[in-house]
Amino acid sequence: MKMMQRRNFLQALGLVGAALALPRVVFARAIEAFKSESVDGVLSNLLGDMPIESTDLIKFKIPDIAENGAVVPVQISTTIEGVEKIYLLIDNNPTPLSAVFDIGPKAMADISTRVKVGESSKARVVVKTGKKAYMTEKEVKVTIGGCGG
Amino acid sequence: MAKIKIRAKIKEGVASVKSLIPHPMETGSRRDADGHVIAAHYIETVVCEHNGEVVMTAYWGPSVSKDPYFAFKFADAKAGDTVRVFWTDNLGETAENEVTLK
Repeated sequence: MKMMQRRNFLQALGLVGAALALPRVVFARAIEAFKSESVDGVLSNLLGDMPIESTDLIKFKIPDIAENGAVVPVQISTTIEGVEKIYLLIDNNPTPLSAVFDIGPKAMADISTRVKVGESSKARVVVKTGKKAYMTEKEVKVTIGGCGG
Repeated sequence: MAKIKIRAKIKEGVASVKSLIPHPMETGSRRDADGHVIAAHYIETVVCEHNGEVVMTAYWGPSVSKDPYFAFKFADAKAGDTVRVFWTDNLGETAENEVTLK
């Protein structure tokens, strides 16, 4: 009898543990791509087998020459319909994925932020709808690095 | 940490929100003057709500600049609505702020 109680207690403990771990797991999946050190790794992690089409429908503003790599302003907007996600990648950063934006149904696909660019690099924006992914690229030249050492 | 600064305005039902978030955004690869690695400390998630409903979520890596700036837009906004910005970082710290649209 004593043993049973102990088992029940342990099972209950396990359930509570699982419940607590759940949101963590969902979140962990969302940020898995942030750990990838290659652009291909990031893209396959985020998009799986989804084909990526080059487009000029994404407006991607990032300076051609960034005087200070630690603070590089970025503006992204697109007229593509039904955008669910916007991904921002800096190819030559230690981990290329910089940011992911979840565009809710009421939100516009129009965001601005500032990122670090460690050295001159290609920067790319990938926009994902329910069916397709679109990409646009730009080169950024950095005169002072952003990741300092 | 200092409070998130939020500025928002409405034009034809579309709210433009600009936020400035005080945060060190340490990458974990920098070293201090004595050569010790400075531990990674960066915002991982920013949740933006309109009247309590999530309109935009940003997931960030350590390569977002220190004291991040984040601007976004959403539709169906009117005066009196609230906009809330909430973040969590890799150390489990959080902060939030809310403004009312005018």
